[in-house]
Parts: sequence; structure tokens; C-alpha cells
Amino acid sequence: MTTTMVPEKGAAGAPALAPHVRDYVERVRGGELGALPAVTGLVVLCAVFSILRPAFLSPINFANLFTQGAAVAVIAMGLIFVLLLGEIDLSAGFASGVCAAVLGVLLTNEGWPWYAAVLAAMATGAAIGLVIGTLVAKLGIPSFVVTLAAFLAFQGVVLLLLKEGTNISIRDQTILAIANKNMAPALGWVCVAAGVLAYAALQVVQARRRTARGLPAVPMSLIAFRVGTLAVISGVAVFLLNLERSRNAVIVSLKGVPIVVPVIVVLLVVLTFVLQRTAYGRHIYAVGGNAEAARRAGIDVDRIRISAFVVCSFMASIGGIIAASRANSVDPNTGGSNVLLFAVGAAVIGGTSLFGGKGRALDALLGGAVVAVIENGMGLMGYTSGVKYAVTGCVLLLAAGVDALSRKRAAATGRR
Amino acid sequence: MSQAPVLELRGIHKSFGPVQVLHDVAFSVFPGEVTALVGDNGAGKSTLVKCIGGIYPIDSGEYFFEGEKVQVSGPRDAAGLGVEIVYQDLALCDNLDIVQNMFLGRERRSGLILDEATMEELAARTLDGLAVRTVTSLRQRVSSLSGGQRQTVAIAKAVLWNSKVVILDEPTAALGVAQTAQVLDLVRRLADRGLAVVLISHNMNDVFAVSDRVAALYLGRMAAQVKTSEVTHSQVVELITAGRSGELGLQNGNGATS
Repeated sequence: MTTTMVPEKGAAGAPALAPHVRDYVERVRGGELGALPAVTGLVVLCAVFSILRPAFLSPINFANLFTQGAAVAVIAMGLIFVLLLGEIDLSAGFASGVCAAVLGVLLTNEGWPWYAAVLAAMATGAAIGLVIGTLVAKLGIPSFVVTLAAFLAFQGVVLLLLKEGTNISIRDQTILAIANKNMAPALGWVCVAAGVLAYAALQVVQARRRTARGLPAVPMSLIAFRVGTLAVISGVAVFLLNLERSRNAVIVSLKGVPIVVPVIVVLLVVLTFVLQRTAYGRHIYAVGGNAEAARRAGIDVDRIRISAFVVCSFMASIGGIIAASRANSVDPNTGGSNVLLFAVGAAVIGGTSLFGGKGRALDALLGGAVVAVIENGMGLMGYTSGVKYAVTGCVLLLAAGVDALSRKRAAATGRR
Repeated sequence: MSQAPVLELRGIHKSFGPVQVLHDVAFSVFPGEVTALVGDNGAGKSTLVKCIGGIYPIDSGEYFFEGEKVQVSGPRDAAGLGVEIVYQDLALCDNLDIVQNMFLGRERRSGLILDEATMEELAARTLDGLAVRTVTSLRQRVSSLSGGQRQTVAIAKAVLWNSKVVILDEPTAALGVAQTAQVLDLVRRLADRGLAVVLISHNMNDVFAVSDRVAALYLGRMAAQVKTSEVTHSQVVELITAGRSGELGLQNGNGATS
């Protein structure tokens, strides 16, 4: 999905594939690993778990992976914005908890309609981000400290909202559907077909336009490869999700793509568009790469900083809504314990740098998938939470290590 | 050569608190010429440049652009006039590619979407116009470029905007011999295209290689602004170190009174 692969200027005629492949190999060797470690890790983990526990590959477990990982992946997608600036948001987990609590209180205790409660939860998220961002950008308090304080405070706010730890159950069918209901199998296929066709059309039109203007374009063979990969992955996923996964299909049929999946895909497309195709996204990367250069270029650095925290907390609110939907309830632990660390881990494992300037929305999904697979697979193997935490911690350390090492290598080869 | 200056400063004073950095400085920049701005450390070169660029407000004095008196109260005003400054530390984002850097903060858009094709075309045309052949792909990240190539990108970024005055702050300070020659070549071509170029440099070889005029600052005063062809190497060094050289320069060389 990167647009950076372009052959030498003035390579006339039909663009060839070879320079792209060479360019990619060169970049990986130079330390720009991108999504490679996450994809490799995902494949290896899946292979290991399916050999050790065949149940890992069962349709019901495959569907579980999506609903289990969804909240963390969504929070991680928001965190990408903050990480791109070289900042951190430690409060994203409990921000999602606060938003979920707002949702629960309004929905169940106050009897608001679902859309109003969702809007209120999202507005709460945006407001949290606005406050944190303003403290970081205008007062200059390090984001680590501000969000650590918010992390502690929000823990308390959740308790206060939930009246000292009572559990609010969610009964609204629309909210519950997000993580618990599925799309009709046929609709799943229609969505895949539409998505793949739209992606192919966009790529081809873009390449045609560039060729028509005499600019180097992505060769058709590479486009075919990208579209093919997307079609195969999404096709296999929808096929597996459309299999019957109810233990007793006669009584209740359970098949189709969980509704949370298209929600995530839409968020991914929107955030990717914002980061890659708009001036705002470009400015996020610029501030993360060299804030002084961005300032001199006339970019309002403070505003970019604040907005990144707003996006992060806003995405956290969506993550909180998904978590509430999946748990059918909101409790003091919603968004707590490991949610934040899993989200940061997901972003870093996916290839987003903690040093800023490097990362994509897709990274959060890939990393989120790795975290979800570990969590799920270790659970199937019957390991205790102790082991799960330890292993996830090691994987995060490994990912951060890969990031640091690839930076070193990139610096050594002049690709820093 | 007898053209009117495109940029002219008269009687510029600038102080930071009790420290007066610029005293009654006059400075003219002519189109199609390279004006070398020289002076020892602390002579006020950077302050003068930042006043021209609108980063520091001037305390008193007059700022003329193309013969008209103007008020420059911010970097955007200067950019609006067509004055671009290439800072020593280049101000490029390593994680962005050449085109992205050249258009940073002034991206071309069609609606909401960035117009990458147009930006790439304009960037290519600008680099071609400067006869830059050292860059293979415009979509290369800046992090993968050499020092000379980065300087080239920074200069190309400055001339992309139909600028009239380009100020280069020690563009060759960190470069090797071959790359210095490349950059000086580029500086000369900018002037030949009709731009007014101000070159800040410590290197006398560079000054004599490309400049048409030399302006020497000494302790915050303009010691002299002369044609490069009319002075010698050692005269310029004297102007820098003592503020005067024979008949040239400040009559009272210590700069205490005028």
C-alpha cells in the first residue's frame, strides 16, 4: 500500500517490475523492515499454534480472534497518530474505559437511545484528547507524564462513574450487535468483491494518470500482485468466517463476518487515507520527522500535536464501545489491565517507531493480530495468564528491539 | 550591473535587551548577483538574515523591496515578498521524500486530496531548471541523500516558489570538496537566472569563487559593501577582523562610535 516505490526518474515506456523488487530488497537490507517482522511473526505463530492445537484453526476460534483483538487494534490505530509524533499516550486504555463507562451509564441507567450515548462517548474521547494534547503542546509537559497522570486519574473516574465498581450491563441490541452479531454470508462476499474492485480500480486509474503525465508509475504487474494479495487474504478470511461455527447448527446458526470487522476496515481505510493522502497526514509525518523543519515550513506544530491526541482518544472511545459490546457490560476493568500495553505493543510490533515519523494505520492491525493470536493461542494451550503476560512482554521487547536495531542499521546505511 | 537593488535595508538597528547586535546597518542585494555576507562569529550575520526573513522584528530602520518600503513582521511576509532563506541545518524532514519536503507546508491539493502528480512535475521541472542531475529518484527519502544532495534539495525548495531573493546560510560548511563545487555551481546558476542570492560564508575561497559583491559585517556594523573584483583576499580578511582596510571600512574600527 506504500506509494514510495517508484523507479528511476525518466524510465520511459512501460514501467518494469524489476526496479521495484530491487528497491524493496534494498530497503529491507537497509533496515527499513516495514511490516515484514509482523507478517513473519504472524505466519510463524499461526503455524505453531495450529500444529500444537488444531482447535486454533476451527472456524469458531478464527472468528473469536477478530472479536478478541478488535478493541486493542482500534485503540492501537489511534495510538499510531501519537506515536508518529514521537509522543506516547499511556492513558488510551483507561480513556476507552471512561468512554465505555459514559456509554454504559447513559444507555442503561439514563435510558438514552444508542446513537446519543455513542455520540456522547465519542465526544468524551475527543474532549479527553483535547485536554491532554493542550497540556502537552501548550504547557510543554512531557506526554509521558501527562498521560501517566491521566492513566491514574481515569482509573478513578471509571470507578466514580460506575459507583465504586458495580457492573453495568449493556442491553441495547444495536451496541451488542457490534461484537456479537454477524453479517449475512452473502453480504460478506459482496463487501469483499466491492472492496477488491475499488482498490484495483483506484490503483489502475492512478497508474494510468501518472503514465499519461509522463511520471514514473507503478507497473501493472505490481498492481496485480497487490490486488491479488488483498483478494486472497480477504477471500480466505470471509470464507472461513462464513463457515458454520455453531456447535448445534440446527438450533442456532452462527456464521458470517462479525460486524466489528467491517467497522475496523472502514476505520483503517479512513485513517490510511488521512495519513497518506491529505496535507494533514503529511504534516503529522513532518512534525514527527523534524518538528523544527515543520515549524519553519509554516505548519502549526502545536495544533498538529493536539489533534493527534484528539484522534488517539477518539479512537480509544470507539475501542471502549467495542469492548463494552463484546463484554455485554462495563466494569471497572474495562480498558484497564493489559489493554493499553497490548495496544502500544500492537503498534510497535506492527512496525511503528517509538521515535516518531514512521508508521501506518495498517501496522496497528498487523500488530494487533499478532497480540490477539498470542493471547488466543496461549489460552488454547492452557497456559495461565502469568505465562501469557510474560510471553506478550517478551514479544513487545523483541519488537522494540527489532525497531531499535533496524534504526541502527538504517543509520549505518544512511537511510535513517 | 547598474540595476536597482531588489532588496535594500537602511539604518537597521536591532538589540536583544541591553545587547545591541546591529547598529545602523545598510545592506543592498541586486538581482542576478551573488552577494557574499561575511563577518566574524558574532558580527551579526545571522541576526541580519533573520531580520530580513522576518523572524526577528527590526527595532528601527527601513526595509525596501523592489524600491517600495515594506513592513515585514513575520516569516510569511518575507515569503510573500519572495524572500526565501536556506538555513544551515537545512530544515528537511528525513522521513519524507524529496517532493514531500519541497512542498512541505505548501502542498498542492485537489479538493481534500494531495495532488502528488502536479507536485512531482513541478519538483522535477525545478530540479531540471537548476540542472541538477545528481538525484536519481524524486521519491527518494531525504535520509538516503548525501550532504550535497540535501543542500541541493533545500535550495531547490527555496527557488520553487518563484522567489526573488534566496539567502543561503553557510551552504558549504559541512561539505566535501566535490560537493562544495557542485553547490557553488548551483549558487552561480541561481544568480544567472536573475535571482538575487545572498551567500553567508566563512570560506574566502567560496566567496571569491562565486560572489559579485562582498558585504562585511564587523561588530554589528556594515564595514563595507564592495564589488568582489575590486578587493583582494587580504582586504576582505582585514574587513572581517578589524572592520577596516586602508580607505575601506569603518573610520573608527572598534565600532564604539560612528
